[in-house]
Amino acid sequence: MAAHESTYEAKSRFGKWMDERLPIGRLVHDQFVDFPTPRNLNYLWTFGGILSFILVAQIMTGIVLAMHYQPSAAEAFNSIQRVERDVNYGWLLRPLHAVGGSMFFLAAYIHIFRGLYYGSYKAPREILWIIGVLIFVAMIATAFLGYSLPWGQMSFWAVTVITNLFSSFDELVSGLGTSIVHWLWGGYSVTGVTLTRFFSLHYLLPFVIAGLVGMHIWALHVVGQNSPTGLDIKTKSDAVAFYPFATSKDAVGMFAFLIVFLWFVFFLPDYLGHADNYIPADPLVTPTHIVPEWYFLPFYAILRAIPSKLLGVIAIFGSLGVLLILPWLDTSLVRSAKYRPIYKWFFWLFVFACLALGYLGSKPAEGAYIFWARVFTIYYFAHFLIVLPVLGLIERPKKLPGSITEDVLGSEGSAGAAAAGKKG
Amino acid sequence: MKRLVATSGFAAIMAVVASLTATGFAHAADEHAPQHIERLDWASAGIVGQYDRAQLQRGFQVFQQVCTACHGLKYVRFRNLSEPGGPQFPVEAVKALAASWPYQITDGPNEEGKMIERLPDLADPIVGPYKNDKEACSVQGGALPPDLSLIVRARTVENHAPWYTHWFWMLADIVTGYQEAGADFVYAVLTGYQEAPAGVDMAEGMYYNAAFPGHQIAMVPPLSKDVFIEYQEDAGATGSLDQNAKDVTAFLAWAADPNLNTRKRLGWQVLLYLVITTLLLYGVKKRIWARTKH
Repeated sequence: MAAHESTYEAKSRFGKWMDERLPIGRLVHDQFVDFPTPRNLNYLWTFGGILSFILVAQIMTGIVLAMHYQPSAAEAFNSIQRVERDVNYGWLLRPLHAVGGSMFFLAAYIHIFRGLYYGSYKAPREILWIIGVLIFVAMIATAFLGYSLPWGQMSFWAVTVITNLFSSFDELVSGLGTSIVHWLWGGYSVTGVTLTRFFSLHYLLPFVIAGLVGMHIWALHVVGQNSPTGLDIKTKSDAVAFYPFATSKDAVGMFAFLIVFLWFVFFLPDYLGHADNYIPADPLVTPTHIVPEWYFLPFYAILRAIPSKLLGVIAIFGSLGVLLILPWLDTSLVRSAKYRPIYKWFFWLFVFACLALGYLGSKPAEGAYIFWARVFTIYYFAHFLIVLPVLGLIERPKKLPGSITEDVLGSEGSAGAAAAGKKG
Repeated sequence: MKRLVATSGFAAIMAVVASLTATGFAHAADEHAPQHIERLDWASAGIVGQYDRAQLQRGFQVFQQVCTACHGLKYVRFRNLSEPGGPQFPVEAVKALAASWPYQITDGPNEEGKMIERLPDLADPIVGPYKNDKEACSVQGGALPPDLSLIVRARTVENHAPWYTHWFWMLADIVTGYQEAGADFVYAVLTGYQEAPAGVDMAEGMYYNAAFPGHQIAMVPPLSKDVFIEYQEDAGATGSLDQNAKDVTAFLAWAADPNLNTRKRLGWQVLLYLVITTLLLYGVKKRIWARTKH
């Protein structure tokens, strides 16, 4: 249904001239004005727009910060203090970018879990979903690289711990892991050389993300949006125009989200970071607890739950990799959890497992913490590899409405709308 | 309604899991339980807090008369002391202060190619007694007195609540804008010196401190019940160990975060704008969607 006929009409002479050469006006009109949007979308569907906004905002604040930042071991920490103390509005710019990173993940997690709840990864949206997972992976890399830049204690030791993970590949091929680690470091230990290359890559990756986002939106506009019923648009009455319906709702969602975002920026700029990162990097002093940023905690818990370093690394990659094949693991033909009485419970169990892993990732790896990290790690994988394939075969879904219109208006209203559609 | 039922069922499951696991977690948490750090009532705390200028001035006095014996404040410049949002001393007083600072700035090379020592001026950092960390360590018997510019932001108090209340305290801190853990910790260390309890083996040159992790700290007690800084009569408070510790901590909090006053004031303007705009946009959205059933 997404492939709808173009209703664009160039109004000016220049518009007509342009339309015959590079139809940008037509593209914008067809995709972002007249684009058919399911009429039953809830506010969870505003997070795509919110994420696009945050990406642009991060790139803009990042470009200005890069004008003042010095990517060297001697000056990185000092230059950030100069931004905070001497650059005009630097005290605002820096938390906008740092908190912005956290908000990017907060919005992305809501966006991903919305996709899981309403089955947005199922045919024909597999490629759309996979591009989304790739964006998430690129976000993880970008955030990790960015966190190294202040060159505080937590920056330095996070880089040391995470890059060292690759040394476990020595168990696979002798010398392979060590070579990778030295190659990443640009030497035999984490130094200013490592910092400089991380800065370079931190500046590069957001543009890769932007490219992937372009493809994500392209794929979305080919297959059309999923909806809370899990049904696609079938008739005209199932849809409303993107403008002004979706845009007006997106605007409300975005401003409401900005309230949360800027609450942290203005009142809690340090809350989402670590106090240790206000101590300059010192290769000779290891912090008592090396903990990643909150959005990596579930993955960190999975890593530490597994006694073998190599298997732990494989589990981390696996926890992301399993998302790539999710469209083929879920055997249920019904998309939305609204009509899947058993899946709904497993979905919330999965959410709980992720939150629990996040909590456990922030605790020392010992005793009961390790035990429960193992339990929830097992569930994380079992959810995708066992629950979803089996559930689709045994679950009896509730009766689905015939169409989005029927869901919104009830069957009579729907019949009326359909009749009106036929007459029209 | 159904969603409500599902949520409450979920909560029930969580409660059961909580009761099953509480003992295990409580045990694991105990081994790491640090000294309990009191939360103080800081003037700058929360979403409306602003620094108390008189307190920052008193705090600077304590810093100058006590801390500067060993510590510097390298990210703070003398001119900052006269800026709004801080202690805001008169510029002339700060000029005089810089010109009489006990420690000199290494500058140069001069035209003869030699490095020179000179008195600081307004644009210079508030330097401590040592030229570098190595000198500091050698004079201090191996312990490094850290620069204090960021000490309040570089320290914190961990949330050690059990997992089923952890999230609640987290949310409470977010809603109330609590970001004063570093100040609480610094105050607790300054007032935490005690006689080592019987049976505690103190390393040489270390002092027992109830708040410090591991309880052994190399810093000589900077203040005590008997030795503290007296304030002038119009300073707004009388000197005591407790008052000195509060004031100098407030001053160091400002040194670490000198834009707090502006930030919170602008924050309210921005949030007010966002809330009003969100409400207006919601009204617009309602009107637009009124054209169709949904």
